[in-house]
Amino acid sequence: MKIYVCVKRVPHTAARIRPAPGEGGFPSRSIQTDGIEFTISPYDEIALAEAVRLKEAAGAGEVTAVSLGDDSSAVILRAALAAGADAAIHLVAPLPAGLELDGYQVATALAGLLRERDFDLLLFGRLAVDDQSSQIGTMTARLLGVPSVAEVVKVEPRDGRVRFHHLIDGRVEVVDCGLPAAATARKGLAEPRYPSIKQILTAKKKPIETIAASIVEPVLEVVALEPPPPRRPGKIVGEGVAAVPELVRLLRQEAKVI
Amino acid sequence: MDGKSILVYLEARDGRLRKPAIEALGVARRLARESGGDLNAVLLGGGAGSLASGLRGVRRVFVDESDLFGSFHLTETARVVAEAARQSQASAFLLAATAVGRELAGAVAADLRTCVAADAIAVSLEGGAITVKRPVYAGKAILTVRFRRLPAVITLRPNVFPPEEGGDGGAEVVGIKTPPPEPRARVVESVEPEARRQDLTEADIIVSGGRGLKGPENFVLLEKLAATLGAVVGASRAVCDAGWRPHSDQVGQTGKTVSPRLYIACGISGAIQHLAGMSSSKCIVAINKDPNAPIFQVADYGIVGDLFEVVPALDAELRKAGG
Repeated sequence: MKIYVCVKRVPHTAARIRPAPGEGGFPSRSIQTDGIEFTISPYDEIALAEAVRLKEAAGAGEVTAVSLGDDSSAVILRAALAAGADAAIHLVAPLPAGLELDGYQVATALAGLLRERDFDLLLFGRLAVDDQSSQIGTMTARLLGVPSVAEVVKVEPRDGRVRFHHLIDGRVEVVDCGLPAAATARKGLAEPRYPSIKQILTAKKKPIETIAASIVEPVLEVVALEPPPPRRPGKIVGEGVAAVPELVRLLRQEAKVI
Repeated sequence: MDGKSILVYLEARDGRLRKPAIEALGVARRLARESGGDLNAVLLGGGAGSLASGLRGVRRVFVDESDLFGSFHLTETARVVAEAARQSQASAFLLAATAVGRELAGAVAADLRTCVAADAIAVSLEGGAITVKRPVYAGKAILTVRFRRLPAVITLRPNVFPPEEGGDGGAEVVGIKTPPPEPRARVVESVEPEARRQDLTEADIIVSGGRGLKGPENFVLLEKLAATLGAVVGASRAVCDAGWRPHSDQVGQTGKTVSPRLYIACGISGAIQHLAGMSSSKCIVAINKDPNAPIFQVADYGIVGDLFEVVPALDAELRKAGG
């Protein structure tokens, strides 16, 4: 089974996000990247772990990691190779902070590459934890004319087809797909694995193919990036059980939420 | 915006519009009014026709009652929507950012060769351009984007916009031709849960637990309080990773981002990822032993104390007062 997994470089979820200063009197449109640790987006990491698991279970196949981004994305691809990918493709595009391209630009660039490739399965994370647009997997698959299922919690290859289990509309549905097919990974699909020293060293010798991405005109224009509105200061109602009646009174009469 | 109409996808369940769909309908109606265009809707599945004929303030409702739409068939659903968008010359397509809405939006946007502005918390017309505010980095920042061209596809975060059903005039119900089934993707099993539970992202009140609960068995305390309040139980990442609660209960950057009316955090210290996922709640209550826990920095009301005493007392107080 030939599996392609798309991975994005994003700020670590523990990172504090600060808007960068705006330029020329315009509001900020990006984040300050200095001092921020970047990693593979957590759901992409799950998708990659599942790809490696599927290959191992089948006893044959190849896992290729693809990342769209600037030079710094090469680090993410090295990590993907260490985590078990056999090959990597760096689709080069200006994406230093992660929000510079809109979802349509990303999906068309990925589809442009993948259209030329031979694959059985195409995996994505359910969303990138920076942009959170949750459209790239479904949109890329659709542009390629490949059936896709989002928020998948189980992948079952069977008889040259594949079954995806996913949570939708409060139900668990199982979708039987012909190959090639695409899916986006949800938590619980697979456990990300942490590479051994040997895997990290081996990964350094694996090739990373570098291709310039083909980027279409944007649909969305970023107007501003702002911190969330500050919350009004709260108060400690009191200590222990004695504070409970006052809390209930405040919730009813002041906040009026119950 | 020179496009002439707004199209909204309405999710229904058990013969009624779902609350996030009613919220989406309200936003779509306002956008149609402000842009001087028509409001049209898509409603699929059994009973769609009768539900559609009862809608107010919608010009046309595109309806397909095929059994195909009894489960979620993405390919066919997206085809129907894209066809309705073409027929109505939609300049914007709106839908709720539910699991169905998010998946459908990506497919429809691909078919219409446009982009999704996902999880919107504000939608406006500014200088004629559709402008959307949306949380990014799990709410650690708010991004404002503007559509440079149309059609726009926008998913709307549940629990943010008021559910407004009203409007003038009945709708014209328009049949739409069922697309041929996509043989490469068939739903072969659809398992209804034993007890349908409201999704955390749509809940009005959430009672959430962290490591302070000390073990999965103690979540019964939160379940009791939640039952009294009509709330849904959530959890921190630590608790879900430990297997005490399912991943679908997780609130935070790698879980769900929630905006309930009331969020009660019990025994949650407040890691940055958790705070990002819940700090857009309208009112936050924190119950924690540690007065220095970061959760108190975002809480409107805090009680410093042992949750094993405070939570049952809170439950009793609410019951006593007829909560």
